[in-house]
Amino acid sequence: MSGNFAYLDEDSKRLVRRALLKAVSVPGYQVPFSGKEMPMPYGWGTGGIQVTASVIGPSDTLKVIDQGSGDTTNAVSIQKFFKKTAGVRITDRASEATIIQTRHRVPETPLSEGQIMVYQVPIPEPLRFLEPREGECLQLHANAEYGILYVKLYEDITRHGEIASSYDYPAMVNGRHAMSPSPIPRFDNPKLHRSKALHLFGAGREKRVYAVPPHTSVLSLDFDDHPFKAAPNPRACELCGSTESFLDEVVTGDRGERIFACSDTDYCEGRRRLTGKTLRKEA
Amino acid sequence: MTTPLIRAEGISKSFGGIRALRDVGFELYPGEVLGIVGESGSGKTTLLNILSGALAPDSGELFLLGRDGSELDFFRLRERERRALLRSDIGFVHQDPSLGLRMRVSAGANVAERPLSSGLRDYGSARKLAAEWMGKVELPLSRMDSKPSEYSGGMRQRLQIARNLVSGPRLVYMDEPTGGLDVSVQARVLDLIRGLSSELGLSVVLVTHDLGVARLLTERLLVMKDGSIIERGLSDQVLDDPQEPYTQLLVSSILGEA
Repeated sequence: MSGNFAYLDEDSKRLVRRALLKAVSVPGYQVPFSGKEMPMPYGWGTGGIQVTASVIGPSDTLKVIDQGSGDTTNAVSIQKFFKKTAGVRITDRASEATIIQTRHRVPETPLSEGQIMVYQVPIPEPLRFLEPREGECLQLHANAEYGILYVKLYEDITRHGEIASSYDYPAMVNGRHAMSPSPIPRFDNPKLHRSKALHLFGAGREKRVYAVPPHTSVLSLDFDDHPFKAAPNPRACELCGSTESFLDEVVTGDRGERIFACSDTDYCEGRRRLTGKTLRKEA
Repeated sequence: MTTPLIRAEGISKSFGGIRALRDVGFELYPGEVLGIVGESGSGKTTLLNILSGALAPDSGELFLLGRDGSELDFFRLRERERRALLRSDIGFVHQDPSLGLRMRVSAGANVAERPLSSGLRDYGSARKLAAEWMGKVELPLSRMDSKPSEYSGGMRQRLQIARNLVSGPRLVYMDEPTGGLDVSVQARVLDLIRGLSSELGLSVVLVTHDLGVARLLTERLLVMKDGSIIERGLSDQVLDDPQEPYTQLLVSSILGEA
């Protein structure tokens, strides 16, 4: 282990923590912070990594999720990064982790008090798609003028017959700030509502953090006559049989054979351990 | 005597050494269509930008008659209140429709934006309202789900008018609403503005350099030159019997009306 604990120097961590305190105090509000250059490109989770580096301690246990799984490239390299720079214990099990850094998913396993979720956020501004002017976005947030988010929903229903945004679905935090929950599927939005865990969001490129403190209301925007639906999956996981989890379509062979399986691999394996099912032989 | 809907006093604005507006004051009464004419650079657009809160004046006052009869000090209103006024009680029709429309969402969504911003949370009602206003500005319902970028210039102006009027404003600012349209389209848009403003009892401040448009639409005229109002009066009076030499020149320069 070389360099400072968890890579960032202590002053930089303090700056991030200070921004995080503000973010926790004003749920859903985007707080600018002096983001550092990290030894990896933007888009690889530099925002989330800085947040994790600022809140992690030697006794923490870290889980990293990329596309719901702990063994994809991005997840493995972030695990390695913190193993090397902080020497912390790494786990795949959501229930054992004290900090879970994620890119696309909230674990299916319910989160508990004391756990911290850290999200890597590519586009923190939920108003960006209709309002390109940064100054105007700030005004809209300051005055809680969120009409244009409903314009987007209107447009979705008009074009697709339903609200088609399937990920990064905007939500109202604590009844005040509209928030982009990063690229998690809208299936995961309800998991944020009154969650027992602390949720921290870090955007490295735009250098902003925001937060959802424990037990905070997070309501997905919708119309009275088109209420929010969490995109239920019509089928069961072909590995563990769960009908309640978010499924990935996985190609299993050269001839286009495919199965639908839990995107959350830890959850899926846990269920298979319990039911004694084994991995289906792959083609 | 009715109370004016807006009362502007002593509005001045300089850009560096250029004095764009000098001590401009006027009144607009409910249901009145007031024209501001003058050549390019006379300060018309600057005045409109100040009246609509897009630009801060160096000095001057603007009082707005509130719906409850109280007088609102427009420049000293809280930002939030001013913005609320600007998206419900006041409309702004730009010469360039791409400034006043969201070009990337459908026409229906453009019309629905103001109601959605004022708290409408029902898709069906938003759609109904949009359809109703498409009809009122004579846009075909079949084009409600097209984007304004697929619209012609005249259709875009109609859409801009619908998008503003849907919230039932009492006051509409129009900056050369028919500029850049060909003559026949211009005539139809003018007709629409005239019909709607009298039907709805709108008060309109209309900026134009086209004296033909001014004659057709406005009841009273202000003539601006170098940032000052140099002549004012009933439109027919100003256009038929101009007093100031500059206005005489302006009036005699209309093509085909010499």
